[in-house]
Amino acid sequence: MKGAIKPARHGAQAWRIGLQVLLAAIIGGLIYGAFINAADNLARAHISSGFGFWNNSAGFDISQTLIPYSAGMSTFGRAFWVGLLNTLLVAALGIVLATLLGFAIGIARLSRNWLVARLAGFYVELIRNIPLLLQLLFWYNAVLKSLPELRDSIVLPMGGFLNNRGLFLPRPVFAPDFSAVIAALLVGIVAAIVLQVWARRRRERIGAPTAVGWRIAALLVGPPLAALALAGFPVAFELPRMSRFNVVGGLEILPEFAALVVALSVYTAAFIAEVVRAGILAVAVGQTEAAQALGLRSGTTLRLIVVPQAMRVIVPPLTSQYLNLTKNSSLAVAIGYPDLVQVFAGSVLNITGQAVEVIAITMAVYLTISLFTSLVMSLYGRMSAVVER
Amino acid sequence: MAAIADTPVLYVRTAPAEQLLPPPASSGLIGWLRANLFSSFGNTVLTLACAALILWAVPPLLRFLFIDAVWSGPDREVCLASPAHPEPGACWAFVRVWLSYFIYGFYPIPARWRVDVFFAALAFGIGWLAWLSAPRRDLGAVYVFIVLPVLSVVLLYGFPAIGLPAVPTNLWGGVLVTIVVATVGIVASLPIGILLALGRRSELPAVRWLAIGFIEFVRGVPLITVLFMASVMLPLFVPQQIEPDKLLRALIGVALFASAYMAEVVRGGLAAVPRGQYEAARALALTYWPMMGLVILPQALRVTLPNIVNTFIGLFKDTTLVFVIGIFDFLRTIEAARGDPKWATPVTATTGYAFAALFYFVFCYGMSRYARSVEARLSRSDRR
Repeated sequence: MKGAIKPARHGAQAWRIGLQVLLAAIIGGLIYGAFINAADNLARAHISSGFGFWNNSAGFDISQTLIPYSAGMSTFGRAFWVGLLNTLLVAALGIVLATLLGFAIGIARLSRNWLVARLAGFYVELIRNIPLLLQLLFWYNAVLKSLPELRDSIVLPMGGFLNNRGLFLPRPVFAPDFSAVIAALLVGIVAAIVLQVWARRRRERIGAPTAVGWRIAALLVGPPLAALALAGFPVAFELPRMSRFNVVGGLEILPEFAALVVALSVYTAAFIAEVVRAGILAVAVGQTEAAQALGLRSGTTLRLIVVPQAMRVIVPPLTSQYLNLTKNSSLAVAIGYPDLVQVFAGSVLNITGQAVEVIAITMAVYLTISLFTSLVMSLYGRMSAVVER
Repeated sequence: MAAIADTPVLYVRTAPAEQLLPPPASSGLIGWLRANLFSSFGNTVLTLACAALILWAVPPLLRFLFIDAVWSGPDREVCLASPAHPEPGACWAFVRVWLSYFIYGFYPIPARWRVDVFFAALAFGIGWLAWLSAPRRDLGAVYVFIVLPVLSVVLLYGFPAIGLPAVPTNLWGGVLVTIVVATVGIVASLPIGILLALGRRSELPAVRWLAIGFIEFVRGVPLITVLFMASVMLPLFVPQQIEPDKLLRALIGVALFASAYMAEVVRGGLAAVPRGQYEAARALALTYWPMMGLVILPQALRVTLPNIVNTFIGLFKDTTLVFVIGIFDFLRTIEAARGDPKWATPVTATTGYAFAALFYFVFCYGMSRYARSVEARLSRSDRR
């Protein structure tokens, strides 16, 4: 191993093996003792062990379910998947929004415009130095909960409502014919990719670029629109209706969900902005100057010279910010959004009392996501490493 | 002809040209404005948009926080909208009434001087270590890592034998708990993190794999699950007679979590120490621990001090998560107080959060400024 520390004195082989055996024995003993105590404590509390609870009926409600779920019929296993999907939904949406906001602010911090740079710097310093949980509680309790009551809902255009119980939007209902539209969209995407590849090959062959932007846009938009028209617009919208105590129908966006997405995006964006700034600053000035010396314009320089090199610096820390966002989505438990931790390590744990199994499963999920991401990252690192002569 | 001959023809200046000031449009205030705010059409639009944003956001904020704010009063009535005060601002009266709860929780009032002494002793220790040219910083380390923990337990938890009655931890709360969790986190995580970092670079496979396994496991899961584990699983793993204190469980969870992150920071510092230092230490016939303790670690920790402080900032913010396992840290006391019906107004929540944000911001921003100044100092001394 490179950089490994060799002991100064050799011939202490026996001592080193003994040390490792001792260490293993201590750890093993601790685990064994914990196991014995846990079995003893669980038996005394009449809590069963093992993963048999997975198929038992859950019997509790979940406020947001992406897959069919009902308190009476569904199992704890189903509840697990509901929670996991809710976590992934928040994480995916948060990652998209945080990336957009973070890149914008990171670039703004490097702006030559003094006011823009200062404002972006202020945003980063303010957001980074206030705990995420506090921000989450602020968005949830101080902003979203102070929206109007149900009776005084803000009526949005196109039949939506906004009140302190959430945002209610028209829900698209797809007829079976809608699959044709999706098929047309897929065909359009494939055709666009083919066209792009053809254009790049052609540029490499003849040396001059071919403008294909409009054709690609037409390929992406045209076929789905045509299919939509041919199938007779197979989409209906179910409007939310205001009843006396509730809003029924439509697409409901929970305030918990909205607060979590906003808080995670705003918070992570500040960190992504710093990553982006550091990445752009890491590209040597000589690169820009060389590009200008070759006669490239500033936009082209940015696109072809600066960004590709900055991305190599940006992507690894950016991924770790994505992972942080995913892990931080577990703060959902503080405001009651049904994510994996709230549903599984909260409700399921309280009902079954099987702390060891439930916590182990929950941790295993996050651990899998983390390890998978670092695997992908090490592949990326190998692929994007600078090949030097 | 004569006139021309009389006129001396000089093509070469004999005196330097009079220096002119730069044109007013490129210097001074106007020049600065043109270069930095209005250099092009796009920039002008951006500047105006930002100015509009500031004008839109800042005056209402100032009105809420200061001008319309209510600074004192007995109960919620003063913070409600009234004809004389149609748009009430922040209800600082609420913070004033609850302030001692935010700082001490339910810590018994006659014993609160002990908390104050603890704060002072801690501030002294941190000042000693953080001031890089303070005398005898080695003694400072002994004080912070050995004397202070013992002193804190005696002071805060109590020691009936010397006349300090015990105060059970369920009475602790507020800033006290936040500071205790953060301090225990850093004081425990630094030594454990150093050991883990050394273990990760060890050539003994069992040690190395244990260290890697622990670090990657903890860094791969959210702090909340670690806290849940400490809170619900730890009592299962110890014999039934021992019922670990609720705060103690949270402290163990936080310390383990922080150790894994600290280990990675220390590892970065160790990697920054040139190989020649190891070789020189070995050439002097130092064995492993003297080499590490006297040569490598002092350099590694010095290089990585800014990162240690940044980890501490993260830890300080993360202490808020003990909220979810039912410990009354500063944020939780704000949440609890804001539910007080005597003070329930539309502005109470925002006021409480603004106060909490100010508290965390002052601490975290101060620490990050300190980290940056250390960094600047280190890079100055490297250049020498």
